[in-house]
Amino acid sequence: MLAFILRRLFQSIIVLLIVGFVAFSMFTFVGDPIDNMLGQERTQADIARLREQLGLDQPFFVQYWNFLGNAIQGNFGISYRQGRPVSEILLERAPATLELAAVSAFFAMLLGISLGVFTAIRRNGMASNVIMTLSLIGVSLPTFLIGILLIYVFSVELNWLPSFGRGAVVDLGWWTTGFLTTSGLQALILPAITLGLYQMTLIMRLVRSEMLEVLRQEYIRFARARGLRERAVNFRHALKNTLVPVITVTGLQLGAIIAFAIITETVFQWPGVGLLFINAIQFVDIPVMAAYLMLISVMFVSINLIVDLLYFAIDPRLRVGKGRGH
Amino acid sequence: MTEGADRHTDATAEKPTPRGRFGRAWDSDFAWKFRHSPVAIVAALVMTVIVLAAIFAPLIAPYDPFDPGSLNLMNGFTPPGEPNAFTGDAFLMGTDDQGRDVFSTILHGLRISLFVGAAAVLFAMVLGVTLGLVAGYTGGWVDTIIMRIADIQLTFPSILVAMLIFGIAKGVTPVEYRDQMAIWVLIFAIGLSDWVQFARVVRGAAMVQAGREYVAAARLIGRSGPSIMLRHILPNVLSPVLVIATISLALAIIAEATLSFLGVGAPPTQPSLGTLIRVGQGFLFSGEWWILFFPAVTLLALALSVNLLGDWLRDALNPRLK
Amino acid sequence: MSDTPVLSVRDLTVEIPTRGAVLRPVDAMSYDIAAGEILGVVGESGAGKSMTGNAVIGLLDPPAHIAGGEVLLNGRRIDDLSLRQIRRVRGAEIGMVFQDPLTSLNPLIPIGEQLVETMITHLDISQAEARKRAVAALDEVGIPGASERIDSYPHEFSGGMRQRVVIALALCAEPSLVIADEPTTALDVSVQAQIIALLRRLCRERGTAVMLITHDMGVIAETADRVAVMYAGRLAELGPVREVLSRPRHPYTEGLMGSTPAASAGRPRLHQIPGAMPRLGHLPPGCPFHPRCPRAQADCTRDPGPTLAACDGRAACWHPVNVTDAEVSR
Repeated sequence: MLAFILRRLFQSIIVLLIVGFVAFSMFTFVGDPIDNMLGQERTQADIARLREQLGLDQPFFVQYWNFLGNAIQGNFGISYRQGRPVSEILLERAPATLELAAVSAFFAMLLGISLGVFTAIRRNGMASNVIMTLSLIGVSLPTFLIGILLIYVFSVELNWLPSFGRGAVVDLGWWTTGFLTTSGLQALILPAITLGLYQMTLIMRLVRSEMLEVLRQEYIRFARARGLRERAVNFRHALKNTLVPVITVTGLQLGAIIAFAIITETVFQWPGVGLLFINAIQFVDIPVMAAYLMLISVMFVSINLIVDLLYFAIDPRLRVGKGRGH
Repeated sequence: MTEGADRHTDATAEKPTPRGRFGRAWDSDFAWKFRHSPVAIVAALVMTVIVLAAIFAPLIAPYDPFDPGSLNLMNGFTPPGEPNAFTGDAFLMGTDDQGRDVFSTILHGLRISLFVGAAAVLFAMVLGVTLGLVAGYTGGWVDTIIMRIADIQLTFPSILVAMLIFGIAKGVTPVEYRDQMAIWVLIFAIGLSDWVQFARVVRGAAMVQAGREYVAAARLIGRSGPSIMLRHILPNVLSPVLVIATISLALAIIAEATLSFLGVGAPPTQPSLGTLIRVGQGFLFSGEWWILFFPAVTLLALALSVNLLGDWLRDALNPRLK
Repeated sequence: MSDTPVLSVRDLTVEIPTRGAVLRPVDAMSYDIAAGEILGVVGESGAGKSMTGNAVIGLLDPPAHIAGGEVLLNGRRIDDLSLRQIRRVRGAEIGMVFQDPLTSLNPLIPIGEQLVETMITHLDISQAEARKRAVAALDEVGIPGASERIDSYPHEFSGGMRQRVVIALALCAEPSLVIADEPTTALDVSVQAQIIALLRRLCRERGTAVMLITHDMGVIAETADRVAVMYAGRLAELGPVREVLSRPRHPYTEGLMGSTPAASAGRPRLHQIPGAMPRLGHLPPGCPFHPRCPRAQADCTRDPGPTLAACDGRAACWHPVNVTDAEVSR
């Protein structure tokens, strides 16, 4: 098991190195940082000084090494557009995205798994068929249209919920939260639904098909033949086995939520890192793009790692070294 | 024997048509399935109408939305179907703030959306199939490198990859060409974010086929690797590739719309449906709903019909897809 | 012990509606099993053996359903029970052993827990008591070191050991009937005899009735008290094992014995029944066996075909073999 974890850890580091290389190449080959940082009025001396200051006169791999070293310390340089350290901007924006993503992920998992289980158990029921049809439409609906639709219904027509921003936030030192104010919570509802809906549909369809597969297994028949209650058969025996394969995909989906937040944040003008990233692309703000890329990669890689570990926790067949393995 | 035939043993059991040869037996079975699926028929119909409308947009559109001479600012914000208060002109789907006919802009927007989507899928398909064939046929370290890249790329959602590629490509393009190049950059970005699926399926099939006797025979009579791949292996993977292409088309159309909506796609000078929705969103609160509504419905109809068609195609051809 | 049989099946018919026709995988079967008795149900695959077992315990997969007849358990009708009621019968009054021990245990739940949950569902005992009994049950089926292995997962056991666990599970709530559906088919030959012996010993000790479904005549010969031979969904022959094996009356049974090496020891070579069992949708009129029967005559093709009740009560055949003159004149 230790060997497995080490191998996965090694693979993760390789992925991060490659992503770091892409991010670094962006700095090096996309646009000229000197151009971006110095205005039109510049002297040859200015350029030379800045080149040396930025380490651009050093060999390629030395530069890459320095870049990685800086990145690990959270130093991604200065935003071309805002003129402030990228790490500072990211830290300021991160709570908004993380709170939104956490609420959406919770909503997507809770509803996705319960609806998936429901539609699997009541396979031929009327409600299941309606849910399945709606989910097919849900998969085809672009996220931003869902957001716009929600804004139209709940903000424009009903005037119940705010259509943009985070509402009032409470400053907890280095973290700002919208969970503690009414307007903050209200502002969270529509973006969270928009962001979570697509993932929820995916999780639901996955849980349903896995659960149907499990319900066909012989041990479910045997559980029934032993006279266990339907609830025990469905939720103790079937659900547990369903969740094993679901975990990987769900884990990856939760990672995707952070990336998809870009769209939701744009629709709702939510002041998170996603909106920051989109603005960075529009203005070709390379340091911000690179930093976002690195940040997201670290999150994805960690989620992958956690998912692998969860497998061990849930599936006894993977825990080696006890009894006879198979 | 095709996978699809397994499910209709009575009808096709005696027809051992190799998959991918668009033979008569395969074709008729396929057609039979199509005739018996109302969803597929409706989806195909909607898609045909949309595609025809996009192709013949200049002929159908009552106005040329990109000709400043034809615009009359007085016509701005005309609601659909009603004559304008000042000029008396009526527009099927109303006009936007500039007095542009929404119906005409949608038709031209469709052209861009469909073109970008189709071109991106084509690009992804050519790239993915080529890399998949090479990886599966050659094996070894070539295979390892290609598939590792695929794995890493697959870790990230393709829309994010597309955005990133778009951002980088935009950075590389000189400022004065950015708007002109935007459409091509968009195609490149979406296509590059989407090749992995093709490569994976084709690689799997190519590995299976590369081990067959007929490939060894072809090698013996002196055929070159590329020739074997194209003439012998490729035909065997056509139907899964077709299914992935259809599903990818829906995804590419949505990706394009999303990028354009986010302001990192088709520029306002060449608006796609996504750009139109981005513009229309600004009028949501002031009551001019039609500027947003009609492009949105069109996009929805397009995405849904392609998606349903892809879904049906997957069931009908039932190739081994993960 | 009273005269009421533990299980009494009367004219049980199972139907599967299909597009073309209604199939009858089980057609008007009647048999009893007394307490402590082992009834072997034998036949080719597709003869309806498993379907009878599943029908008794109410586990038919839709669209298959009981279309006629009745099932009495200790004199009480159970075929018309609601799902909630039949659930209380399963495990508690009828235990079931499936064919493949590799797939019948939930891989993610320790075996002790699976035993405990079964007992807690049916018996009014505490968790601790159930656990104690689980260890005893595992011990009884011959799992070495039961108290240490109670928290092991199924994959930590071999196939034979797993089938022992399955038997412990089937018996743990003390049912009066056990239905064992091909309990040894998936096991190594060397283990088969042990499992059968275990099943027989436990049921004899407890006076549990057993319905042993198998296609293996050898197993029947060693284990069963009586045997029911099935052909194309119908009962072909029913009688005490020794009599049926030594002097089968139905030509099908005779053929079946001829094609089993153990039961036909002494004969020069294996005898094979010509042809194959008809598919359910294509049953011939009259006796379903007549197209393959060496003794078939004109009346064999006439409807209604022979039944046990219409013939001598032992073989459903108009022209049985091995019949003494005294019996013919009766």
